[in-house]
This record gives sequence, structure tokens and C-alpha cells, in this order.
Amino acid sequence: MTAADGADQASALLAARGVTVSFPVGSQLAARLRHEERLLRAVDGVDLEVGRGEALALVGESGSGKSTLALALSGLRPADKGKVMLNGKTLPARRSNADRRRVQIVFQDPYSSLNPRMTVGGMLRELLRVHQVVPRNQVAEESKRLLTLVGLPAEAVSAYPRQFSGGQRQRVAIARALALRPDVLIADEPVSALDVSVQATILNLLDSLRSELGLSLLLISHNLAVVRHLCDRVAVMYLGRIVEVAPTEELFGTPRHPYTRGLLAAIPRLVHDASSAGAPAIAGDPPSPLRIPAGCRFRTRCPMAQQRCAEEDPVLAGAAQAPGHLAACHFAFASAPPAASGLARTADQS
Amino acid sequence: MTAAEGPVPAGPGPAGPAAAGPGPAGPVLDVRDLHVRIASRMGTVRAVDGVSFDVAAGEALGLVGESGSGKSMTLRAVLGVLPAEARVTAGEILLDGVNLVTRTQSELNRIRGPKLAMIFQEPMSALNPVMRVGRQIAEGPQVHLGFSRARAAERALELMRRVGIPDPERRFRAYPHEFSGGMRQRVMIAIALSCDPEIILCDEPTTALDVTIQDQILRLLARLCRESGVSLVFVTHDLPVVAQICQRVAVMYGGQLVERGAVGDVLLDPRHPYTRGLVRSAPDFDYVRDSLVPIPGAPPSLITPPPGCRFHPRCEFAEEDCRVSETPLRMLPGGRATACLHWERCLEAAAADRAQA
Repeated sequence: MTAADGADQASALLAARGVTVSFPVGSQLAARLRHEERLLRAVDGVDLEVGRGEALALVGESGSGKSTLALALSGLRPADKGKVMLNGKTLPARRSNADRRRVQIVFQDPYSSLNPRMTVGGMLRELLRVHQVVPRNQVAEESKRLLTLVGLPAEAVSAYPRQFSGGQRQRVAIARALALRPDVLIADEPVSALDVSVQATILNLLDSLRSELGLSLLLISHNLAVVRHLCDRVAVMYLGRIVEVAPTEELFGTPRHPYTRGLLAAIPRLVHDASSAGAPAIAGDPPSPLRIPAGCRFRTRCPMAQQRCAEEDPVLAGAAQAPGHLAACHFAFASAPPAASGLARTADQS
Repeated sequence: MTAAEGPVPAGPGPAGPAAAGPGPAGPVLDVRDLHVRIASRMGTVRAVDGVSFDVAAGEALGLVGESGSGKSMTLRAVLGVLPAEARVTAGEILLDGVNLVTRTQSELNRIRGPKLAMIFQEPMSALNPVMRVGRQIAEGPQVHLGFSRARAAERALELMRRVGIPDPERRFRAYPHEFSGGMRQRVMIAIALSCDPEIILCDEPTTALDVTIQDQILRLLARLCRESGVSLVFVTHDLPVVAQICQRVAVMYGGQLVERGAVGDVLLDPRHPYTRGLVRSAPDFDYVRDSLVPIPGAPPSLITPPPGCRFHPRCEFAEEDCRVSETPLRMLPGGRATACLHWERCLEAAAADRAQA
């Protein structure tokens, strides 16, 4: 059983199959002399599918490989192993312009992702011309249409990024992504840099664009409240692997992986119960991706780790009783999961 | 906090619960009608405009608002680390009944050093990158409490254990870059605790952290508060975080306090339209709405703030009187206060919001 069972095979628009992305670290010369290379495996054999018109969330701690996976899916960084498929077709490492248009990405920080020396109109016109989205004589009109689409005045074409607030800049970034009429929009923490009252406008915009344009959305976020508000399905990443994927309410209602349970328990709540006085939901820091634990990679922080977890790497698999729900834990679908074992490192419980 | 001259007679014993303040009656920190002005090319910025609040011993007060609301400036004024262009133009900051505003710098260092501590959002820029972590924790007790180098080091080790840094003997000699974000924040907390302060000012201490690490740090802070009776002022824009750690909350808008009260009351039953707007615009994990309701418009200019209530241009309940009359905080029953002239209407609207849920 693979992650392909998670979404309907026929409706998968963008898919990752065994995608692995590594970064060389340390001195490359020393590595070559010693005939060995130190690789940081940021994404480690990930299978994931984004359905047509679906909003999929990718959640996890920093360093879990969420953003690297997004770069691989968008083609900004080629995968070392595995393949990215769009509409059932495997995309080459160097994508053609036509393929590149299909998957667009919006980054977290609208202050650094926009060229400060280019007007908004200039950015949009460049894209529209290079990719020949519309005939040349309609480029100016199309730029204005895009700005209206994201809720900016059409006069904004002649303005520079510095003249906008953070929320407006993020709208410009979204307009730029939409200029190429993509099928999939990847949003990497699109509201983390914005004030609370402004976040709402951007989240509402993403939601309405999705329903109006039939866009598929891959939302990367650490804010589970945002995810619950916006997404149909959630994939949880930990140290380069997807450890659980399920429809949103199913995942938040009956989480199967102990890491997901810990993440949920760690969310600050407006109304919180008395249990918040106890031990933290998940103890310790995630291990370095350079020293991934053998066996299950979560076992060093897992409250119910067993001997088996140190020996056997669990695969992402489902069970008959929960269709569309996959989890990479030996005990995910067991009738009686083992109790807290104390095998996990408990050095810094506070 | 490490900037200080002259040792001070040793404070309360290192471990053990410190009896804070002049008995349970008086507040540890009492800020009265604080005004901070910043000179800029465009004109004078009224960054903090008549803010009053107090913090009791062992209490955690949340100071909530968006960027530019004046919450960080308020905190900096209390600590006495305002930027060069800014100064306190009116009001009092009473720490154990002593007004900090009228003191000279060296007097301030002596009074404030051991009593006040601060935790910043970015531990990496607040810690000294070329000084061993243990020595940074030991510095405060050496300077303010007159500890010997060896005794201060012992104290640092004990603090590192208390804030949950594993293997403190080895980590004592490490540098900040060798720590993860969460561990660095624990180091900051250990430094803040090193002189047994009465109050710790926290400026978004968990905003840069992952949710799992944030959870660890919040629980640690809550536990330390319980154990040692230290008070917290917690600045953040994250309402659920405030709900988690604070007992009382003060909401700031445009340099002024607009609402104050017990955390549960204010966040679930807001009596100022801005508070209601904040609550309705943030997605809530436990309550998924069809769509989020943003606050229309933009925050006011603090150089030429709108007359009357500063929120009136964005407020759906605004009447003629809101545009004209000043709106000081008015006391309501139940220890609450609001600056809204028409808070009953906001109350009704908030009740209707809940009924829809």
C-alpha cells in the first residue's frame, strides 16, 4: 500500500513519487578526498498527491522538509531521486516553460520575494510576455485584471513594492503567481509574516481564488488553525518523511500517529482545559536531519516507543477501517496501542 | 539587563520561592498614564498615549495588539531601553512603589537590575555570540548580586537544570550558535531568572518557535511563575497564547489601551469592537467558521491620530460622539475596563457571534 491510495488516483493533478532531495554539507573538498560525501537528506522518499481542485496542507516543525518538498514540486529545485508527475505525466528535471507555468509558488516573506526596483506592472508584464499568456496588445489590460482579482486597485500597476503594506505585497505575490494561470498554487507560510487582522484577508482571498478559478492549493503552514480553516486534507511531515495523511477533520479528530497527537496537544487554545498544567505535548527538539534515528525516526521523542520501533522503519500505510487515512507508525491502527514506554529520551521535560 | 554598575547587596536566596513586592496588597508594577513620544522627520509619533495598567505579584498580564499598537514601546519604556529618538513625556512607572521615570541612569541600573528582566523574541540577537552560554547566565548574579565567579557559575548550572537544558555541565561551555532555537530561549529564561527578579517582561518570546517548542516554553514559564511567584508581562499578537499563559489581558490599539480584564472574559466576551475584530479575524482551531471577518481599513497614523476614539474609522458601531469625544478607559463591573462608548452594542454583537457558532 502506498500514499497513492490517499487520493483518488484518477483525480491526482500533481504527484510526488519517492521524491528525495539532499543537500551536501560541510567541506566538499575534504569529503572528496575521503571518498565520502555528507548529505543532508531534507526530503526522504516522499509520496504525495494533490487532487484537482483540492486544498492540501503540509504541516510539520521547521526542518521537517516541507519547504524543500514544495521547491521540488514547483521545479525550483530538482529532486535527486523519484519523480514529480503532473496530470499523469512525469516532469523532466528541467521543465519546459509550459510545464513550469502549471505549478506556481507564493513565498512567506513578501518583503524579500518581490523585486524592489520593479513596478508591480513591470513584474506582471514581464511574466505575461515571456510566457505569452495573452497577446502583446492585451498585456496591460491583463495586468490590471490580475490586480483586481487579488483585491488591489488597478492603479497599483505603476507602484513599487515599498509603497504597499505587508498584506498588499502578499496580494501582489499572489497576482504574480496567478498571472501564469497555474493549475496548482503552492503557498509557503503565506500569512506568517502578517498581522492577525491582515491574515484574514489573505486567507479569505486564497479560499475564494480556489473556488472561483478551480485552483488546487498546497498550503504549507505551521498554524493548524489556518490549516483546519482552509484545507480538505492534511499531510504531516517529520524529518523528511510524511508520517500521516488524512482528510482534515479525520486527522484532527482521530490522529493515528503519536507525532500528530503531540502537535495537536501543543496548539495554544482560546479555551483550554486544565490539563495544560502538565508536561509538554512533545518533549525535546527534533533530531538533526544529519543523524536520523534508525528505525522509526520519531522514536526518540515518542511516548510509546517500543523495541520494535528502533529496529523497523514503519511504512506509510492505511487500514480498511479508515479509508484515505495513512500513517507511518507500527501501532497506528492497532486496537490497543502500547502504553508509554519511557524508551524515548526524556532529558528535558519541563 | 547586564548593563549595570556597582554591586548590590545580595538579593533573596538563589532557589526557593522569592517573596515578591511589598506584600500581596500593592502591585509589583504600576504604570500610570504613560506617554511615549518619538521624534521623526514626519512629525512627533505618539507611540504610547496614556497607558495605565498594573501587575500583581505572581500574575501574568498579556499585552495584545498588532504591529504599531505601542505594545513593544510600552515594554521598552518600562525597562528603560527606549530608542534614542523616543522619550517618556508624561506618566509614572512604579516598580514596588518607586517611580522609574524620574531616576537617573545609574540609579535606574541599581533599582532595576535585579528586579526586572526581559526575554526577547529573537534569542540569537539578544545573546552574545562570542561568550559561553554559562558565563552569560552567571553575569547577572556576579554584577547585581555580588556573587563570586565560582558561586555565579554554580548558580548558572542550577538555573540551566531548572529551565530544562540537558547536560548542563557540558552545555555551560557551549556558545549560543550550538543551541537550537528552543534551547536558546531556555538560556534567555535562565538569564532572566538569574537575579531572582520580581517581574519578567516578555516580548513575543515564542513567536519565532515551532508550535511544539512554543508549548514547551509556555509550560516552562507557567511553571516558573507558579514556583517562584515571579510576575510576567507578556507581549504578543497571538490570542490563544495569551489565553494559555496569562490571567489578565490588556488590548492596545493606536498607542492606547482599549480593553482590559480577565483573559477568559475579554477574549470570549469582548467589550471593545477592536477586540471583537481581532478574535473574529483569526482562525480558531476549535471553532471553524465559514469565512474569517477581517477588520476593514488600516491602523491609524500615530502622528495625526483621528480625533475621538482612534478606532472609529474602522468601527461598525461608530456614532457621532465617537468622532468627537475622547474615550478614556471606563471601569466596568468584574474588574473589566473598556474605552468604547457603545460597549453594550459590541457585547450584543459578540453574543450574536457566539449564537451563530
